[in-house]
Amino acid sequence: MTLVPYFALGTAFGFILVEAEVVSWFRIQEMFRFDAFHMYGIIGSAVVTAGLALLVIKRLALRAPDGRAIGFPPKTLGNGVRYVAGGSLFGLGWAMTGACPGPLVALVGAGVPVMAVAVLSALAGTWTYGSLRSKLPH
Amino acid sequence: MHPLPWYIAGPLIGLVVPALLLLGNKPFGISSNFGHVCSLLSPRRFSFRDSGQTGTWNLVFLLGIFVGAVAAWRFAPPLTLRLSPATVDALHRLGLTDLSGLAPREVFAWSALFTLKGFASVVVGGFLVGFGTAYAGGCTSGHAIAGLADLQLPSLLAVCGFFAGGLAATYFVLPLILR
Repeated sequence: MTLVPYFALGTAFGFILVEAEVVSWFRIQEMFRFDAFHMYGIIGSAVVTAGLALLVIKRLALRAPDGRAIGFPPKTLGNGVRYVAGGSLFGLGWAMTGACPGPLVALVGAGVPVMAVAVLSALAGTWTYGSLRSKLPH
Repeated sequence: MHPLPWYIAGPLIGLVVPALLLLGNKPFGISSNFGHVCSLLSPRRFSFRDSGQTGTWNLVFLLGIFVGAVAAWRFAPPLTLRLSPATVDALHRLGLTDLSGLAPREVFAWSALFTLKGFASVVVGGFLVGFGTAYAGGCTSGHAIAGLADLQLPSLLAVCGFFAGGLAATYFVLPLILR
C-alpha cells in the first residue's frame, strides 16, 4: 500500500519522459551536438525547480512521515576519481545507447523492445563494477 | 503536443525530487536500481548502498516509469520528431537514413543486434551505462538533477564526466560504429 505513491509518481515521470521526447536517441544527439536547447531547458529547469523546492523544505524544516529531517545525505568526495572516471564511462554509454537508465527502461515499452538487451547489459555492467570495486580508485 | 515543451516537462521532472523526499525521504536516483537488483541476485557478493529492503520503493518507481512509457506510447506516441536541421544533416552524414521513431531503426532492431553498430550501441553502450553509473554513484537523475539541485560538488564532477564521455562518443565513437 505504501508503495502505491511511488508507482504513481514513476508512471507520471515515465509518461513525461516519452511526451517530452527525453527518451529519444535523436534528442540526445541534438544535445551532445549543441544543436537544440530542448534537453538543456529540461535539465536546467528541473535542477532549478528541484533546488528551489529543497530550499523551501530546508527553510520550513520539514520532516518525513517517519519524523526524520528531510534531505540528502552528503556525498563523499574522496579524491574525486570515481565521479570523473565513472561519469565519463556513463557519458560514453549515454551517447551510444542514446538513453540514461530511466529512458533505457522506458524505451523497452515505447517501441524499442531491443533495449531490454541494453538493460540486461547495464545490469552486467553494474555487476562487473561490484566485482572490481576494491581494485578501482575512488 | 510534441514535444511537450521544456518549460513544462523540466519543472514537472524537477518536482519529482521533493515529492520523493516528502513521501518517505527517498533520494531521486534511477541507476541505484541496477545495484539493488545485483544485490538481490547475489546478496553475499554485492553490498551496494541501497541494498536490502530499502530499494523496493525505487524498483516500484522504475516499474511505474515503464508503465507510464507504455501508456504514452500507446495513446500519444511521438512518431516523427522535429529535429534541428544541423542534427539531421550530421546523422545523414553518419549514414542513417530513417530518422523516425525514438531511436534509429537501422541500429536499434533485433535484426541489427549482431552487427557492429547494433552490438556496440545496445550491448557495449548498455554495459557502460551500468558500469559507469555504479562507479560514479549516480546517473542523470541522481547527479545531474538531484545532486546539482542540492549543490553537491561530487555531482558537478560527475556531470562534467557525463559530458566528456558523451562528447567523445558523439564525435569519435559513433562515426566509427555507424559508418
